[in-house]
Amino acid sequence: MDTFLQNCLNGLSIGSIYALIAIGYTMVYGILRLINFAHGDIFMMAGYFMIICMTDLMIPWYISIIIVIAATIVLGVVIEKVAYKPLRDAPRMSIMISAIGVSYLLENLATYIFSAQPKSYPYDKMGFLSRRVTLGNISTTLVTFITPVLTVAIVLGLVVLIRKTKIGMAMRAVSRDFETSQLMGVRINAVISFTFVIGSGLAALGSVLYFIPRSSVYPLAGSLPGLKCFVAAVFGGIGSIPGALVGGFLIGLSETFVKGSATLSQFSDVITFLLLIVVLLVKPTGLFGEKIKEKV
Amino acid sequence: MTKRAKKTSSIIALAVIAALIVCVGQFVPRSGSQWSNLRTVLQLGVIYALVAVSMNLCNGFTGLFSLGQAGFMTLGAYAYAILTIPVADRPGVYYLYGVAGWLSNLHLPIVVALLVAGLMAAALAAIIGAPVLKLKSDYLAIATLGFAEVVRIVVASSPLNLITNGSLGLTKIPGFSSYYGIFIVAVVCIVIVVLLINSSYGRAFKAIRDDEIAAEAMGINLARHKQMSFIISSFFAGIGGALMAMYMGAVSSTTFTIAVTYFILLIVVIGGMGSITGSIISALLVIAAREWWLRPLDQAQYIGSFQVPLLKAGFRMVVFSIILMAVVLFFRKGIMGDKEFDWDVVANFFRRLFHGKKPKTPAVGGDAE
Repeated sequence: MDTFLQNCLNGLSIGSIYALIAIGYTMVYGILRLINFAHGDIFMMAGYFMIICMTDLMIPWYISIIIVIAATIVLGVVIEKVAYKPLRDAPRMSIMISAIGVSYLLENLATYIFSAQPKSYPYDKMGFLSRRVTLGNISTTLVTFITPVLTVAIVLGLVVLIRKTKIGMAMRAVSRDFETSQLMGVRINAVISFTFVIGSGLAALGSVLYFIPRSSVYPLAGSLPGLKCFVAAVFGGIGSIPGALVGGFLIGLSETFVKGSATLSQFSDVITFLLLIVVLLVKPTGLFGEKIKEKV
Repeated sequence: MTKRAKKTSSIIALAVIAALIVCVGQFVPRSGSQWSNLRTVLQLGVIYALVAVSMNLCNGFTGLFSLGQAGFMTLGAYAYAILTIPVADRPGVYYLYGVAGWLSNLHLPIVVALLVAGLMAAALAAIIGAPVLKLKSDYLAIATLGFAEVVRIVVASSPLNLITNGSLGLTKIPGFSSYYGIFIVAVVCIVIVVLLINSSYGRAFKAIRDDEIAAEAMGINLARHKQMSFIISSFFAGIGGALMAMYMGAVSSTTFTIAVTYFILLIVVIGGMGSITGSIISALLVIAAREWWLRPLDQAQYIGSFQVPLLKAGFRMVVFSIILMAVVLFFRKGIMGDKEFDWDVVANFFRRLFHGKKPKTPAVGGDAE
């Protein structure tokens, strides 16, 4: 029973981190129809930014988090301006290849600057976040409790932003039809940049929450979580933010429970990808996705 | 140029290239000289050329954006390694877990093992192809990328310890005794792909790439042709993986990561999606740049007593990926676009160079849009 509860808690926690990253994928895909392959690497870079801030520059953790989020947002927006914007009229395959190129560049850049060896994450200096909490027989860090609550709050906030505000309306318009919304006076470049701001900011936040319990960062640390988060986004229905949350929770829970069982533990990622294939075949639009009509 | 003149030129050019490879094989020392790199660059280059051509068959000619190359290469490399490691060396290689009983005396000749490697990859492609190929462009990319990861995880997992040696990987993989073996295999495979592309099947692939619905209306069986392209592409990726295992002498589950797939994709893009000659030229250039020309960037260099900044291990790959990005962004069509190598282009180029005349046909390459 205790292990069950512990697994539930860990699953919810990792699942909500997946959800935070999946939101970045799902929003970018919703607007640009692009799988941002570099998103996982942006997440990895945020981990390194945190190490620079706290270990090298000795900045306290609460200020570091803000700096890291800001730096990651800048990185994400610069990538969009340099690598995706010039290809806006190009075929979709070109822009996807460009995203893959960015991902390759970021991984090599991280290897160059920080070396391929894992760097230890300043997880023990995170103030109350890394404090250990004991509830009954369950012992865990406080951040494990905070993560799901924070994520649900952020998702609610985003849903309100998209439903009620002007920029949210613009985002919905752009995701529906690029050209028409441009004709209606929506500044699509600003809207796209804003999407990347939200996506990268959440990736940075996710990275802080992800690396505290894991304690080391390496240049390829973002690629597998990135793929899994995309799976989560597809699972929930690409383009839908509550979908990303549900998808993230489901992937996180299933992964944690599979890892908990002795025989299957090494196949947890296999099961995640099999889940993806099954979802794509049975319900390609995901749980909450909208059906996209195919034009001849 | 007349057709006949072109044919003669092509034959002469191929003979010159073959002679060059033989010269390198015979006269360039294995190590010591600064030209020694050329030996490995040529070998690795043709292996990557084969893998790039196989990816191009699927991505460039059929329009299926598959990113599963690394998975098929892993499978091919392991199949080849397991079947060819000399029986006497096996206890040493499988020192930790031991080797499965049925496998301990199973040993195949190199060429047969290469075929088996290809067939294993093709078999996996056939199994996953049916469901996966129903997906559309980017979903297909993610699904195949996922499968490639699954292959890597399964290969390294403990239930297969007795066969794949788990996470330790396999070593002491034998290769051809001659320097030219890898070239012959790669060239034969590429020629087969070229023949396929010039056949009616190849035309059907291109039709599917250009317009699926129109192709279907013309009576092309979409599912069958997509499957076929995917399976054949995987077959050659498997052989490419086996050649790579042969070249390196060792293989493990981390040899062919997602980054390898990305790297091959970027080779294909630089060469031009849908151009075989483009893929070959680009594979050789890219490998030469990565393994040879950019090497000095990885060591600290001094001009007098001034140390050139930025140079340290890993800088080569950063410069390299920036070059790749520049090609992707500014020369979207790559070296050859979707055209093949043509003597007219070369002739026009020289005509322009020496006489300043206008070319008869527009030059390929560069970004025309």
